[in-house]
Amino acid sequence: MPTLIDKTGRVTDDWIRAHADGPRPPPAAKVLVPLALYREDPTGWRACSGRLGLLLSPADDPQQIAAELEHLSLVAIEFPSFTDGRGYSIARLLRERHHWRGELRAVGEVLRDQLQSLARCGFDGFALSDGVDIDQALAAFADFDEHYQADALGNAPFERRGILETSRKPLVNHSA
Amino acid sequence: MYQYDPLDQKLVEQRVAQFRDQTRRFLAGELSEAQFLPLRLQNGLYMQKHAHMLRVAIPYGLISSTQLRTLATIARDFDRGYGHFSTRQNIQFNWVELEQVPEILAQLAQVQMHAMQTSGNCIRNTTADHFAGVAPDEIVDPLVWAELIREWSILHPEFAFLPRKFKIAISGAANDRAATLVHDIGIRAILGADRQPGFAISVGGGLGRTPMVGHVIREFLPWQHLLTYLDAILRVYNRYGRRDNKYKARIKILVKERTPEAFRDEVEAEWAHLVDGPGTVPAREVERITNRFLRPDYKQFAPEQHTPAQLAPGEPGFERWFARNVHPHRVPGYAAVTLSLKKTGVPPGDVSADQMDAIATLAERYCFGEIRVTHEQNLVFAHVEHGQLPSLWKELRALGLATPNIGLLTDIICCPGGDFCSLANAASIPVAQAIQERFEDLDTLHDIGELDLNISGCINACGHHHVGHIGILGVDKAGEEWYQVTIGGRQGDTASIGKIIGPSFSRAEIPDVIEQLIATYVDLRESDAERFVDVVQRTGLVPFKEAVYAHAD
Repeated sequence: MPTLIDKTGRVTDDWIRAHADGPRPPPAAKVLVPLALYREDPTGWRACSGRLGLLLSPADDPQQIAAELEHLSLVAIEFPSFTDGRGYSIARLLRERHHWRGELRAVGEVLRDQLQSLARCGFDGFALSDGVDIDQALAAFADFDEHYQADALGNAPFERRGILETSRKPLVNHSA
Repeated sequence: MYQYDPLDQKLVEQRVAQFRDQTRRFLAGELSEAQFLPLRLQNGLYMQKHAHMLRVAIPYGLISSTQLRTLATIARDFDRGYGHFSTRQNIQFNWVELEQVPEILAQLAQVQMHAMQTSGNCIRNTTADHFAGVAPDEIVDPLVWAELIREWSILHPEFAFLPRKFKIAISGAANDRAATLVHDIGIRAILGADRQPGFAISVGGGLGRTPMVGHVIREFLPWQHLLTYLDAILRVYNRYGRRDNKYKARIKILVKERTPEAFRDEVEAEWAHLVDGPGTVPAREVERITNRFLRPDYKQFAPEQHTPAQLAPGEPGFERWFARNVHPHRVPGYAAVTLSLKKTGVPPGDVSADQMDAIATLAERYCFGEIRVTHEQNLVFAHVEHGQLPSLWKELRALGLATPNIGLLTDIICCPGGDFCSLANAASIPVAQAIQERFEDLDTLHDIGELDLNISGCINACGHHHVGHIGILGVDKAGEEWYQVTIGGRQGDTASIGKIIGPSFSRAEIPDVIEQLIATYVDLRESDAERFVDVVQRTGLVPFKEAVYAHAD
């Protein structure tokens, strides 16, 4: 069972993952449904759950769930391997283009050294892989204080960099 | 030279701390080999045949004397007293210990250097024209834009795990000296109708297993939009580039499979959402970077031409060097000088620590303390007074850096090859040396004229063999080293991929093969102005094939 954290610490994970061949979860449960499974019966899933979450694979197009977002309490994106970077783009699209405001969770191979980038792309829930130390993971969010790019957290790279006073001393040749 | 501001400095220092911790966790067994591998690659650290190799970034090839001295110190203290300049304008140390890498990085950070993203499936060090800012044919100085791209690409949160490596090159001159058309993204800086700079953007070029020339997908992109447009290209590639087969994972395959037109439409559709967003470059950011570039304080000279005979009477050696290694400069009275790292007997691109120190001192006296690395693996002093050329020549000659062969056959681009690299099928440096020995006579060499000879030890094409007028590729046949020869490749505005002349050769045969190709060219050329590659284009491969393979019948 992966350990769920947000940027501040451990969080209880009371979501149940739905499986194609598994039993339907109890009616009031919080259920995380893979997109392919959800597509088989969207109305049914919306009707029977207490809370509904969708699990996207890296090949899924977030555009396709834009209309579903109002019914959801969680979106999770699967990282089959931490070197599969597609989930970063999906996360930014959900946050910045489709304005998803609920929890965005990284699941799968989620390791310490990617956490700050994941957060900058809009993830705020992290289901850590087995063996990842929680304290080390929490420290990862402070790896870098400064970033060069605009991101899903609203970093405005050009705003904070005033034109610093430089010596502007031109380069000259030294004699031998 | 761009001078870091406090934000730049803090970022590299925190990167050192991060990598120090990653290394510690790996050595303590907290990170597996598979987990550590991409982390060390993103910091330029490879495991090679005999030791670790650390590739240090030299952004757009620009380096100061102070920085070069630090590299010399690192070469002495942590390596075997030398470094190897690569075709990405970086420097590689081939004999470092993993445990010492954090300390090396800390020393680099003190002089505003790093090894970030010199390897791995991320945006690599952006390369630029080595005559940026000084070339008479320059339309837009690309350096400010290259620095803007450097910052944008460093630790980009979305693009750290792309399907494959990603290389960007930028040129702002009429002649493309940055080989932009054989990069994942090629950027040509140009002027718009309002005299404001903008960029022509090409995608999908590259060498390697499937060499391709890039396609222009945007004729003119106003400068404010450079980064959002790059974001759009990278996002389309990150989402749809192939991840199932590393040999088909470069953006060129995606561009080809979708067609350049369809790919462009996807990029434009993505960009429509990003344009004018927070990644749009404000004028004050361009001003900030411009202000942080220290520029030479040129003297005023009358715009008169100096012949080599006037500068150094009675020195035929100087004349030869002047003809090949001295290049025009936009400021009257100045020239750019190439320091040849292609002396016979020295692996192309290798420089000893003592040479680095000496070059650093010479640069301070002759070139405002600034040095450039070219993608042809030479160094450039970009701003030398005409009157100082003879004394600089003498000092370079004493250091073995004045071989007058720039652009000639012995100015060979060559990867480290099978002697060092675990990917290589065959040795490459000994092949380069055998060819250099065969063509050591300077009169012959100058008579042959311009000729790019490029050697790669394997299909990854680090030696850019596809775009060599003559290209040599090491191949493995049943465990033996063989060499395939291509001719007719070229870089620049009319970039094209060389064609294979026929069955491959043993290592011992290569100098003879090159000699036969050259003899055929000399017979066929109609004037001295017609270069080897021009003759190949005019006549096709047949006469060359016949000459090379005739003796085999």
